[in-house]
Amino acid sequence: MPWTKKHLLDIESLTAEEIVTVLDTARAFKAVGERTIKKVPALRGKTVVNLFIEPSTRTRISFELAEQRLSADVINFSTEASSFKKGETLKDTARNLEALNADFIVIRHSASGAPHFLSRVLEASVINAGDGAHEHPTQALLDTFTIREKKGKIAGLNVTILGDILYSRVARSDLWALTKLGANVTLCGPSTLVPKTFERMGCRVMHDVDEAIRDADIVNLLRIQHERQRKTMFPSINEYTQLFGLNKERLAKTRPGALIMHPGPINRGVEIDSDIADCSRSLILEQVTNGLAVRMAVLFLINGGKGPQEVAGN
Amino acid sequence: MPAPTVILDATAIQRALTRIAHEIAERNEDSSVVALVGIPTGGDHLATRLSKILSGIWNHPVPVGILDVTMHRDDLDRRAAPQMHPTVIPFDVTGKTVVLVDDVLFSGRTTRAAMDALNDFGRPKRIQLAVLIDRGHRELPIKADFVGKNVPTALNEKISLLLVESGAPKDEALLKKR
Repeated sequence: MPWTKKHLLDIESLTAEEIVTVLDTARAFKAVGERTIKKVPALRGKTVVNLFIEPSTRTRISFELAEQRLSADVINFSTEASSFKKGETLKDTARNLEALNADFIVIRHSASGAPHFLSRVLEASVINAGDGAHEHPTQALLDTFTIREKKGKIAGLNVTILGDILYSRVARSDLWALTKLGANVTLCGPSTLVPKTFERMGCRVMHDVDEAIRDADIVNLLRIQHERQRKTMFPSINEYTQLFGLNKERLAKTRPGALIMHPGPINRGVEIDSDIADCSRSLILEQVTNGLAVRMAVLFLINGGKGPQEVAGN
Repeated sequence: MPAPTVILDATAIQRALTRIAHEIAERNEDSSVVALVGIPTGGDHLATRLSKILSGIWNHPVPVGILDVTMHRDDLDRRAAPQMHPTVIPFDVTGKTVVLVDDVLFSGRTTRAAMDALNDFGRPKRIQLAVLIDRGHRELPIKADFVGKNVPTALNEKISLLLVESGAPKDEALLKKR
């Protein structure tokens, strides 16, 4: 089904068909990255602003490269920029950028709902690159793309998300995407970080790692979100690693075909053992490659969906 | 609403492709540098059929590729993105005579996009265009080198090509009013 949305604010508001459209489109863009000329003119002449109020390296680089490979003009606006220090509000910053005729604003912000707010006050298309602990839509899209590419499907798969769920926007977006596409999701971590209320979203909640990963086809590891936790949720990093970290012994108890994912950046030796991160069952680096393709697909689709709808001829 | 008219049936389509193949052979003395690149949807299957016929005429395999031109269209910001198909070009296009194959030639914009897309893969020595049906109404200065059938049409008409490779019960080119 054709994509007609002007923004990508969250996974919650997407239908399963819309998610599949993104995944199918991303497949074509992944092929572009493997050619000698890794660029297509699809967004030529369009201006994209990367408004990263919360620091990020990998997501911002991924978006930037996606934009450049679509031939768009890119402006990077980061938290170190002086106007924020001078007290300019988000709305004014965005309005100023729009006065430069920006077509797209890719925003990462520590406040949940910031992208939604911008979409109401701007003419430009808004893409959520992570808002507080709320959602990280492109991460979920690249995660589902990676799973579908490796396993051939999403429906019916057992996916365990392990770690700090409470403060994780990745977990929330993944949960929406996976349940909409019919996966069986299990959340696991310390009870302080994985409250039972999440079961209302249609998943299982457990606090025993070995039980949670036993039948998993995919184990998705999350990082401890130091910067988002207001108080310490477990006694020590060491205790977290012992009880919830993925190491060789735990991995050996999973199904032979179970694969490991992590949105990055990884804390080697905390949520994931060093040799596991690099083993053949780890999809971590592929997620990075797929992230680029998925972000190209999102920009491409929004570019088409936001304009007046002409019907193409023969 | 009147039923669609059949402008080409299965036999006519195959005869046209055979004639096009012979015309390609006639035009291109050096058969070793010719490669076919089909534009989905429709053009890809036609290119495969042409390659078989040409291989028979020349007694050697003729390489075939598929080129999806969606990312090079000029109307991407005024319509929802169309469905994309894989691009597979299993040979180097540089130095080759690439015959682009499409089902219907209309405004010429798909051909322009195809030439742009093809240039991202290398530098063909020359590009020729083979189409099954030319329906007129060019918006760009583009013409086909090889044409199956010229079908003058009105702008409110649409031509559809059904092929067995895409699941149709039989090959048919249909003309219908929108």
